[in-house]
Amino acid sequence: MLNLIWPIFIIISFGYSIFSGNLSKLNESIFSSAESAVTLCITLLGTMCLWNGIMHIANKTSVIEKLTKILGPLMKFIFPNIRRNSQVHKEISMNIVANMLGLGNAATPLGLKAMKSMQKENSKKDTLTDNMMLFIVLNTASLQIIPTTVIAIRSSMRFK
Amino acid sequence: MQIINYLSNLAMPFIIFLIVVFGLIERNKVFDTFLDGAKEGLEIVFNIFPTLIGLFVAIGALRSSGIIDAMVNFLNPVLKIIQFPSEVMPLALLRPISGSGSMAIATDIMKNFGVDSNIGLIASVIMGSTETTLYTIAIYTSSVGIKKTRNIIIPALIADIVGMIVSVVVCRLVF
Repeated sequence: MLNLIWPIFIIISFGYSIFSGNLSKLNESIFSSAESAVTLCITLLGTMCLWNGIMHIANKTSVIEKLTKILGPLMKFIFPNIRRNSQVHKEISMNIVANMLGLGNAATPLGLKAMKSMQKENSKKDTLTDNMMLFIVLNTASLQIIPTTVIAIRSSMRFK
Repeated sequence: MQIINYLSNLAMPFIIFLIVVFGLIERNKVFDTFLDGAKEGLEIVFNIFPTLIGLFVAIGALRSSGIIDAMVNFLNPVLKIIQFPSEVMPLALLRPISGSGSMAIATDIMKNFGVDSNIGLIASVIMGSTETTLYTIAIYTSSVGIKKTRNIIIPALIADIVGMIVSVVVCRLVF
């Protein structure tokens, strides 16, 4: 997708800056932008590594499984036709908890496992079931309560 | 306001404390685990670095060429009706399509308008409350070989739009 958008950005900026007479500003911005991307990445390294490390610890503990139990009633409300304590039920809840904690790296494999289990019970193998659709939309809607990446970016910029 | 400030100061240290204590109780090698995760963080930053450079330059160019201002002026009447800050528009458009791209834009917004500015806060909340929708749908459906997706893109994008508008509203109410 960016293969399309990126060149459009460049072409439009070049064209419009000639039209509006902002060419010197454009020239300046090219180099200052590249430079600020470098500074940003260096400052981002610290907080990003810190958060990933902390969340990795959370991932290794039974935090996710414990929270999954609390999620029970909510799951019954969102997915009324999925049997409690079934494999699918467990995988979906774990995916939701991992999403809430901002553990993107853990949430995706769990989500894919849940999709696989739901596919087993799917009668039309090439079509999404209602539960699958709901599950995917839940994942695209981002359930993060602790948005780790945003926290990392914000704190790295604040303490510069 | 003071309570919110206190809570947001408390939240992060408390979460870190809680996770470390939890790890200790369950007799994990806490520090080794931390190091493994931190290495992953290193990889993430290295992986987004090229995207960040590419998009920073492209967006910087767009901004300095003056076209963003022109577009904002043009769209202003519409955006005013739904009270959506036009500075966040590029982020809203790219968010469902590209994860690293939208992250670069959000960072760019925070850098230019300030982390704690109204616009910077809105950009942060949007990033936290939306996902790279198209990518998510693609991997979830393709992983089990599903071709007929029954227009799932529509509810997913509606969820994104709702997330973005609510982000703006919540930021207005809270900050």
